[in-house]
Amino acid sequence: MKSKISAAALAVALAAGPALAQDGLTVGLQLEPPHMDPTSAAAGAIDQVVYANVFEGLTRFGSDGSVNPGLASSWDISEDGLTYTFHLVEGVKFHDGTDFEATDVVFSLDRARGEDSVNAQKALFAGIQSVEAVDPATVKVTLSAPDGMFLFKMAWGDAVMVAPESIEDIKTAPVGTGAFTFGNWVQGDSITLQKNADYWGEPAMLDSATFKFISDPTAAFAAMMAGDVDVFVAFPAPENLPQFDADPRYNVLIGNTEGETILAMNNAREPFSNKLVREAVAHAINRQDIIDGAMFGYGTPIGTFFAPHNPDYVDLTGLSNYDPEKAKALLEEAGVALPLKVKMTLPPPSYARRGGEILAAQLRAVGIEPEIENVEWAQWLENTFRNAHDYDLTIISHTEPMDISSLANPDYYTGYDNPAFAEVIEKVGVESDPEVRSELLKQAQTMLAEDYVAGFLFELPLHTVAKTGVEGLWVNMPTQATDLTAVHWAK
Amino acid sequence: MLRYTLTRFLSLCLSLAVASVVIFFAIEVLPGDPASIMLGVNAQPDTLAALRAELGLDQPMVARYLAWVTGLLQGDFGISYTYRTPVAQMIVDRLAVSLPLALYALGLTVVIAFPVGIWAASRRGSVGDVSIMGLTQLGVAIPNFWFAMLMVLVFAINLQWFSAGGFAGWDAGLFAVLKSLTLPAVALALPQASILARVMRSALLDTLSEDFIRTARAKGLSRRQALWRHALRNALIPVLTIIGMQFSFLLAGGIIIENVFYLPGLGRLIFQAISARDLVVVESVVMLLVFAVILVNFLVELAYAAVDPRLRAR
Repeated sequence: MKSKISAAALAVALAAGPALAQDGLTVGLQLEPPHMDPTSAAAGAIDQVVYANVFEGLTRFGSDGSVNPGLASSWDISEDGLTYTFHLVEGVKFHDGTDFEATDVVFSLDRARGEDSVNAQKALFAGIQSVEAVDPATVKVTLSAPDGMFLFKMAWGDAVMVAPESIEDIKTAPVGTGAFTFGNWVQGDSITLQKNADYWGEPAMLDSATFKFISDPTAAFAAMMAGDVDVFVAFPAPENLPQFDADPRYNVLIGNTEGETILAMNNAREPFSNKLVREAVAHAINRQDIIDGAMFGYGTPIGTFFAPHNPDYVDLTGLSNYDPEKAKALLEEAGVALPLKVKMTLPPPSYARRGGEILAAQLRAVGIEPEIENVEWAQWLENTFRNAHDYDLTIISHTEPMDISSLANPDYYTGYDNPAFAEVIEKVGVESDPEVRSELLKQAQTMLAEDYVAGFLFELPLHTVAKTGVEGLWVNMPTQATDLTAVHWAK
Repeated sequence: MLRYTLTRFLSLCLSLAVASVVIFFAIEVLPGDPASIMLGVNAQPDTLAALRAELGLDQPMVARYLAWVTGLLQGDFGISYTYRTPVAQMIVDRLAVSLPLALYALGLTVVIAFPVGIWAASRRGSVGDVSIMGLTQLGVAIPNFWFAMLMVLVFAINLQWFSAGGFAGWDAGLFAVLKSLTLPAVALALPQASILARVMRSALLDTLSEDFIRTARAKGLSRRQALWRHALRNALIPVLTIIGMQFSFLLAGGIIIENVFYLPGLGRLIFQAISARDLVVVESVVMLLVFAVILVNFLVELAYAAVDPRLRAR
């Protein structure tokens, strides 16, 4: 009898064990960061671990893409829009115990815009003329031209605050101001963060968080099913989502990223320098078939180069509705010889490889004969995107927030050269009246859609699979980040 | 014996020198600029130039080759472009996974293959022999990643005896390490054991039909005694060759299994480094693997001499 009681007690203790231990969280991610410095690489995987958790900027993104106060609690903007005076949160300490002060802001911004800066988004800081520390809690930033996007730019992971004392080892031992401190890195396997007990703001609700890196989609599925990870952000196997959705042990969160996925056409060379041919391609595309076939039904159709969840988005999908007959007529009007042979260069992501096969079939139906060439990421960057722009068609998702302005550059890989569009984008840059800005952004979107600059396909979705009971996760991804500051287990 | 060892050693050095040239230049001509991959699509030309200078990519290729080889000779493998940490340390970290995994899998291979091969050879043509040959044929044919996924399904997802992958780390203790390496090792070992068992069986059968075995039998030894005392040692030469090749394969060829079980081993390091154009890492790891293969072959050749005294005279 006695042994029975103790067995029962043990069973209770075992059952209670996991519930008590649930102050940690294991998050699965597909890509491992190369190092821990978000200010010197484009790797989104770095921000995915450290943004908002370890490092913070003057401002920060919320889950809905809004720009909120970060290490700057408030700011004053001068009448001419040239001077930003940031009032810093007082009493903030870096994880190594040193104070966060105005001089650190000066150091961080000067480092990012300096001559030997290797910041991947150096353009964010191009408008800054000078940064000075007025007193330990006040920083004055002077711009060379008014910039309505300046606070937005300061929220990027590439603009986080770092300290001169710890910059030497930032790549392996990052020291920030965030709610989590960097713990341990088993290279190739996982990174652990610990709760920062001395955090200046609302403390984290988790005691620790472990990021586990699992690149293979099948392995990601197995890890989730076996209970090795609690959450998988950007789950790579959309075909398995219905299975998780039907399982009461899991929740599936479907959100948006900033990724406009497009069939880019090389506007700078034949045959896509001809707007009629581009228009024909646009009408040959059946977006829903691509979303169903390549994305397992997830993804919002877009009609221009803008995120549909943005309040300034205009739905222009009607301009490029699926109409193969019209596409054929347009090709005839353009006077190109059919079948029109073109090259379609596909980078590795599955939306491109799977989407490319479907798109190629749709284009063949109207007389365009794409020859598919699968390339590695490095080759794509080198030949398609960076140097020679040696491509006719390619599929790519542009994941940076508010990247419509990149199309204004005629030397960009899209080769779109429209001075009127560039002028609108320039106006957006300096306009600080929100209503005028909104009008200008809508105008810019319409110009892109009417010029059929690219085949606008869909907004890349974000799938997150979480164990039931995990709360406070970001549903959308306005910037690459896994903000864990509000994540907790249900009580 | 000394002369035999020396000539083998010289050919080892020569192979390494040739390999270093081939590896370095074959990898450097790959299209793709490491700096532009690291800084992504929004990088400006001046930032790219600054990073290239920081990485030493603005130096001519021959100068970089010489610097790399001199470094290697001194045990300095360089600094990884992407991780910005010494390559030597990365290799050591990854070897802490790949080497035990390869040895574990090789151990399982030998433990399975030897008894099975010997048993089948000693019962040639029996039902047991035929069914073992059928099973090993299946073992060779089944792709190891498929078998691995099947094991994950059964042992990790349904029974939850093992985790679906990952490496606990040596800090977690030997038991935890063995636990994380067991499924991958079994997946790697199964096809190898099938191959080795078949080689073992046929090598033994060849030897058993030789004259000296008949002489041994004529002396009055039983079939079993002849097999254990005379045939086995003579049959070991082809078996050793295969084991040597299998070890090199297990060390370098675990890429797919490492992906299925997301183990941070050498294979995955190479895979990641190639797509990130982390050329220093690719070159150094490939060089190391070449060295391992050549070294294993060298050791196997020495082992031949130990097993078969006739080879020493040559």
